[in-house]
Amino acid sequence: MNNNSSIIRLEDLCFSYPGAASNVLDHLNLEIFQGERIGMMAPNGSGKTTLLHTIMGLCKPDSGTINIFGNSLKTEKDFAPVRSRIGLLFQDSDDQLFCPTVMEDVAFGPLNLGYSPQQAIETAQKTLEDLGMTEFEQSITHRLSGGQKRLVALAAVLAMKPEVLLLDEPTAGLDSKVKEKLAHILTRLDISYFVISHEFDFVSAVTDKIYSMEKGRILTDDEVHIHRHEHVHKHGMHPHVHK
Amino acid sequence: MIEEKFAFGRSFIHQMEPRVKILVSFILSVTAALCNNFSIIFVYFGIALILIAAARLNLTEVIKRLKPLLWFLLMIWLILPVTFDGSILYEYHWLKITKPGIFMCAMITVKSITILLIFTALIATMTVATLGNGLHKLYVPDKLVFLLLMCYRYISVIEEEYKRLLRAAKFRGFTPGTNLHSYKTFAYLAGMLFVRASLRAERVYKAMLCRGFTHKFHSLDVYPPKRVNSFFLIGIVIISISLFMIEHIWM
Repeated sequence: MNNNSSIIRLEDLCFSYPGAASNVLDHLNLEIFQGERIGMMAPNGSGKTTLLHTIMGLCKPDSGTINIFGNSLKTEKDFAPVRSRIGLLFQDSDDQLFCPTVMEDVAFGPLNLGYSPQQAIETAQKTLEDLGMTEFEQSITHRLSGGQKRLVALAAVLAMKPEVLLLDEPTAGLDSKVKEKLAHILTRLDISYFVISHEFDFVSAVTDKIYSMEKGRILTDDEVHIHRHEHVHKHGMHPHVHK
Repeated sequence: MIEEKFAFGRSFIHQMEPRVKILVSFILSVTAALCNNFSIIFVYFGIALILIAAARLNLTEVIKRLKPLLWFLLMIWLILPVTFDGSILYEYHWLKITKPGIFMCAMITVKSITILLIFTALIATMTVATLGNGLHKLYVPDKLVFLLLMCYRYISVIEEEYKRLLRAAKFRGFTPGTNLHSYKTFAYLAGMLFVRASLRAERVYKAMLCRGFTHKFHSLDVYPPKRVNSFFLIGIVIISISLFMIEHIWM
């Protein structure tokens, strides 16, 4: 895979919600290259979701540039064609799955891309099969469990054959079994992705590097790199300092 | 919340094209509603029973579905016979039960049960999703169809949210009563529900935009054309036209 071309490049991005005192995104810079798998861990309310929504053009930045697939994007018109090439998995699957049946939901994207119903069904079937969800094809969406909903939402996003995935806390509210399955699915994908999560184990399992976010900026330096360290030593009971 | 108990089955009614079922239920219910002759309304009632039998629905469940209607009819039977003008059938002091009143009640009873049975046999035998697709193919405006489908999809989510809010209130010792505090709490709950619903609507719309939504809806359903569909439709049209003619020309 070509590792040199940048898919998403954000420069000096600022965003604030109306009436808020401080910027959610404050001169933020981020660059995602082809083939990269990046994780991000940051506290609640640090603007992670806003960041993803800004990339998709769902939040209009106050200033700064958004450059995706080599094009500078400003207006709704610019973002429309790009959205089908970036897959965003929402934090709450209920927001994302709005069709009555799973099949219709997964086929919704392909139909919007101009596929015929037959092609859309085939694409949806293939995607569900890849995720091991074939048995849910005709299920009624709102009757699925949380884990099933998350996987169907992922299928709905993947059915559009995106070139990069943005995942907004994909493991929130899932049990360890579904988490494992999700991790397995992600690591098998051959596209770039950017995962926001609170769970170190999950993020470290599916990504190559982990960023953090603080005061509306992204921290990529090694010094502030989030890591967990486990250690065993004889005098663990006694107070000690790690350097 | 919406159970769709009858939607899944293997009878020929279940396999019939949704468009035909919608049209037939529409035709039958309109003609039955317009009918004013007792013997003819019973023909419609017979058709409704045949449809229910053809759909092989569980009879106890069907009767259970009629229950709310029966309560409503009971009220009509209590009020109409004594308030309607006309020739008197029975008189007791100020209480006058009139013939046209009784006739009216019987008519309303048979008609409403007939129409409900027709809808149970034809419309309740498909999922709301299929119904939406059928309406879409009958050129019902997209916005209306999606209003129906979105309601269907999100009513359970909103119910879930309502329950969550109510639970949170109960956990903090809230017991509903007839006092200002209770009314206020319910008003807050309702307000919060509106706020959440509108926030969710915003997020759903964003999610739709992310998947290339261009304000045009596409449908997946493909029902293979079957002769039985057209036969059924034509048969019902002929029956209702002839019943209408019999009532208005012959009788």
